[in-house]
Amino acid sequence: MSENSSHSHDAHALPDPHDFGHTVPYPVYLKVFVSLLVLTVITVVISRFDFGEFNLVVAMLIASIKALLVALFFMHLKFENKIVWLYAGVPLFLLGVMLIGIFIDNPYRMGDRQPSRTTEHIAPKYNGSSH
Amino acid sequence: MSSVAQHGTTDFGSMDTAPEHRAPPHVHHMDAVTAYHAAKLGMWLFLATEILLFAVLFTAFAIFKWYYFAEFHAASKELNWKLGMFNTAVLLFSSFTAALAVDAAQHGQNRKVVKNLFISIACGGIFLIVKAIEYGAKYSHGMFIGGEHFHQFSNFLSIYYCLTGLHALHVVIGMIVLFWASTKAMRRMYSPVYYTPVELGALYWHLVDLIWIYLFPLLYLIG
Repeated sequence: MSENSSHSHDAHALPDPHDFGHTVPYPVYLKVFVSLLVLTVITVVISRFDFGEFNLVVAMLIASIKALLVALFFMHLKFENKIVWLYAGVPLFLLGVMLIGIFIDNPYRMGDRQPSRTTEHIAPKYNGSSH
Repeated sequence: MSSVAQHGTTDFGSMDTAPEHRAPPHVHHMDAVTAYHAAKLGMWLFLATEILLFAVLFTAFAIFKWYYFAEFHAASKELNWKLGMFNTAVLLFSSFTAALAVDAAQHGQNRKVVKNLFISIACGGIFLIVKAIEYGAKYSHGMFIGGEHFHQFSNFLSIYYCLTGLHALHVVIGMIVLFWASTKAMRRMYSPVYYTPVELGALYWHLVDLIWIYLFPLLYLIG
């Protein structure tokens, strides 16, 4: 993609379509859409089995693959310049910093309360507030 | 340069010419190529702020899930994963047609732009109807805000309504934006050198889809 159309000083000349966005062939869009559906089915099927913490990791991994497919092809990120990649990447970096901070911090933040990994922890809430 | 263009009024050239020979609307302080890339960069910056808006809620979800692990596990089973999966497929399809609308605009096929955008908008409507059915089921089970069983899963349901409510608001806004983009296609404004509104509208719509891609497994599947 050229930085600018060479004839931009000439108001009567039409701009070159190649200076605008990239076009993607239809079969690519179709393949991406079918892949997204298949990944959705996979994530549902895996969630039916209990692998403990592994479920969360796999679900987020598949979701990220789906998000990447949408961004790269549907949103044309694959064909964008470095500044657009920077704009797309910075919020994800900040989200990552926040989440990592939370995961490091959480175990020290419980106070009196232990991580409620069993149903007993919320059992009093059921009885205590029913009427 | 025409006097109309010099006064900053949009000049789309003659509509009788084929799309590939049609001039883009005149922006008086920059050329059409610069205007296109500037608008797209601005849209990506806006999408970055949108991601950060949802990032705060995702972070809140991570904290709540740690604090109320068992409640989250039990509460997510109250959601209908089949409806959630159906809505996921609907949104993915709407993103597919939104991408096809941009592709049609890039080739100056304005009629095809309208068709694909209308399919996307209709999918948004189906999504909202299914969401309303889900909210209705929550209400009838006393699990809506203020319902008699709301307190049992109050932590999960609070973040659930915040996330899905804000997302549904984005679906509504996205439908309006796509309709606005489609009116320009009805007036046959798009050509290979001008399709900024439909591309920016589609970018917004894809972001709404992206958010849901994470919401579906987080809320419905793993809890």
